[in-house]
Amino acid sequence: MSTNTLATCLIWLAALFVTAVFVCLLADIISQGLTGLSWSYLIEPPQDAGRAGGIGSIIVSTGLILLVAIATSAPLGLATAILLTEFSTQKSTFAQFVERSLDVLSGIPSIIFGLFGNAFFCIYLGLGFSILSGGLTLACMALPILIRTATEGLRAVPNDYRLSAAALSMTRTSALIHLLVPAATPALVAGLMLGIGRAGAETAALIFTSGYVDRMPDSVMDSGRALSVHIYDLSMNVAGGDAKANSAALVLIILLFVINSVSSFLANHWMHKRIIHL
Amino acid sequence: MKPLFIDSKMRLDPAEHKVPNDSYTLGPIQAGEPCCIPKTLFSIKNLSLHYGTKPALKNVSLDIYEGCITALIGPSGCGKTSFLSTLNRLTDMLPDCKVTGDIQFNGNDLRDPSVDVLGLRRDIGMIFQKPVPFLLSIRRNIELPLREHGITKQSEVDSIVQQVLQDVGLWEEVKDRLESSALALSGGQQQRLCIARALALKPKVLLMDEPCSALDPISSAVVEDLITSLRGRYTVIIVTHNLAQAKRIANYAGFFWVSDRAGCLIEFGQCKQVFEAPVHELTAAYVDGSRG
Amino acid sequence: MSLSHTDQNLSLILQLCALIAAAVVLLILVFLLSESWPVLQHVSVWRFFSDDAWHPAQDLYNITPMLSATLLSTLGALLLSTPLGIASALFTRYYAPPALAAWYRRLIELLAGIPSVVYGLWGLTTLAPLVGQLHPPGVSLLTAILVLALMILPTIALTVDSALRAVPVAYHHSAAALGLSRWAIIKNIILPAAHSGITSSVMLAAGRAIGETMAVLMVAGNVVQHPHSLFASVRTLTANIALEMSYAMGDHRAALFVAGLALMLMVLLLVSSAELFKRRSLCLQIH
Repeated sequence: MSTNTLATCLIWLAALFVTAVFVCLLADIISQGLTGLSWSYLIEPPQDAGRAGGIGSIIVSTGLILLVAIATSAPLGLATAILLTEFSTQKSTFAQFVERSLDVLSGIPSIIFGLFGNAFFCIYLGLGFSILSGGLTLACMALPILIRTATEGLRAVPNDYRLSAAALSMTRTSALIHLLVPAATPALVAGLMLGIGRAGAETAALIFTSGYVDRMPDSVMDSGRALSVHIYDLSMNVAGGDAKANSAALVLIILLFVINSVSSFLANHWMHKRIIHL
Repeated sequence: MKPLFIDSKMRLDPAEHKVPNDSYTLGPIQAGEPCCIPKTLFSIKNLSLHYGTKPALKNVSLDIYEGCITALIGPSGCGKTSFLSTLNRLTDMLPDCKVTGDIQFNGNDLRDPSVDVLGLRRDIGMIFQKPVPFLLSIRRNIELPLREHGITKQSEVDSIVQQVLQDVGLWEEVKDRLESSALALSGGQQQRLCIARALALKPKVLLMDEPCSALDPISSAVVEDLITSLRGRYTVIIVTHNLAQAKRIANYAGFFWVSDRAGCLIEFGQCKQVFEAPVHELTAAYVDGSRG
Repeated sequence: MSLSHTDQNLSLILQLCALIAAAVVLLILVFLLSESWPVLQHVSVWRFFSDDAWHPAQDLYNITPMLSATLLSTLGALLLSTPLGIASALFTRYYAPPALAAWYRRLIELLAGIPSVVYGLWGLTTLAPLVGQLHPPGVSLLTAILVLALMILPTIALTVDSALRAVPVAYHHSAAALGLSRWAIIKNIILPAAHSGITSSVMLAAGRAIGETMAVLMVAGNVVQHPHSLFASVRTLTANIALEMSYAMGDHRAALFVAGLALMLMVLLLVSSAELFKRRSLCLQIH
């Protein structure tokens, strides 16, 4: 057998192996999670440390944490992206500094964000174990990805737009508001969804910031348990919690799958359709 | 900031847009040499332009006359587009772009940092090679720059929209679908919309960067007629690759060529002279088609 | 650049926002340093490597068992997933028919989006019992390696795929025109051309594996010891922080921040060298 045929066989085998392993994994998660999944599971509050009941309050907490994270990081991220694309050249020192910082930020492991969030938001700013602390910590984590996707989206808007707007004697501000940001909207929304997806998958950064309390939160100052933390807690700290953990894992995966699909659809189709005309 | 306006009455004055349509029509339209030497509007001396360290234009000096059509011809990459961009300071937006030399616009230094660039660009409109309709409705495309400049009364805006669309001969084609997307228009219609958008601001000067080259022959002819009809009302500076077109529409012509890897102006004069009795042998070779 | 008043105001606001975004990373560094300062004042850095054991309550701060667990699990995961990841990328780009390649890529993207806690849960409920049949207790270094390998495989496959995509098609075509076989083209032309990009993606994956917390925490057994075999339970640096933060006080808490600092330095070193390689591969292509 020639090297070429051998290589072809090995690569097909590797791909088959990877597919088989992952299909097993997905089938496992789905089949184990499906048994406990029902409408009442989604809306009832957890009982007996999660062994019984549902995940109603936990879904609310997760939603609130993500809402806080997006509400703070989206404006900041958009503003930074606009500065980087529209108000500075790529060579300027300030832009370089901002981009390097974001590169570093995107490489920091989530447990470090957990430590930082605990020290800064919970203790230094006195927010305690709360949904607010957790959301703000996730906002810091989501910033690099939001800024990167928004920057790419804005750079994909043809430069003709900027020149035409300038030739019509429009200020950069109004060109941004009326032309550039609307044209980049699909990419901006896609980035936002991607950020939500990342934040929703996060566990380690939330354990010491938003806490474990599984009651229905009264406000963002309450501690609230995110879905991912719930899965961790059920499987590690609660004897007999595995079945419920599997169901929660399935819910989380479906949620993230939907979010990521919407994101990639927006990025690939909607944006394409709008820009291709030029 | 120092205003650079030609005449304060020429500013977009809401009252002015109420004048009857016939004030927009012109007398007999003529190509060829002007009947008298008109007033100098731009006076350009020793203009050079670099992108980073790469020279793009070297020592260009010429005068542009008010109310005339000036055509700039020459092969690709000889700096004609860069030249146009210096006239409305669009070069400010290009990173690494360095301009030296002297440009007088109506007797004022155009490159003075204190010049109100927004006002300047309102006086000097620009049309690009590729039509750039914004992702908005046809009406909003024209409305947006108007509102930006403080014309917000709906009735005024409407009348201006109708007027400029009539000026570019687009009104009959689009009057029933003003709210539909400008992207749905054909290439020629898009380009005429872009010209209408520029005209709505009542500029004195129109810079046109190969406005017909991305269009099919029929749309191209329509746009060309439109440009001819602007003579007298507007000062038009048009970059074109189409020699026949330049010959048909222009009063003055400038010929650019690349020498020493930088664009420079070889010859400038009345259109007839440049095409029929060129002084420089490069010009002669280019206009009769043996070079370029 | 000349800007109008409105633009200048907007520019100022934007600069402020960008400054905040850029300051986050400095803020993290400052807080890690200030929180670990109390213990660094009276415990020399050397003691984190030379103390007898990790017993913060008894003033013993040896982090080497955790360090070795982190490094060994990362190394093992890389050994498994690098060849598979590269093979996956080659498969989608050069071997699979287009429709199959699209499905395969979609599967990999789907897996890249699965949260680590779910990988951990699956490792704990499915993989650990399997490993336990080979050799108890099941929650061990080997299980951690396997789960980590699964987690970083999609990362490697996707980043190598984009590194391969960046290789000019002309390379492939002109080599094929010379009558080279598919494997010869890949081995002699494509892989060398994409070398920097591949190195960068492996480093990025290593950074992810070192920083991974939940999955490892759930399947590694969490015993503080130098692993004597693949089947020994171990505790990584990240798992240690996650486990002890909830009750750590005083010097103990500060010592955990020191561990965090060490972790951050390792990851940053990897990520920045990955960036360096990536830039080098970009330079090559532009050239």
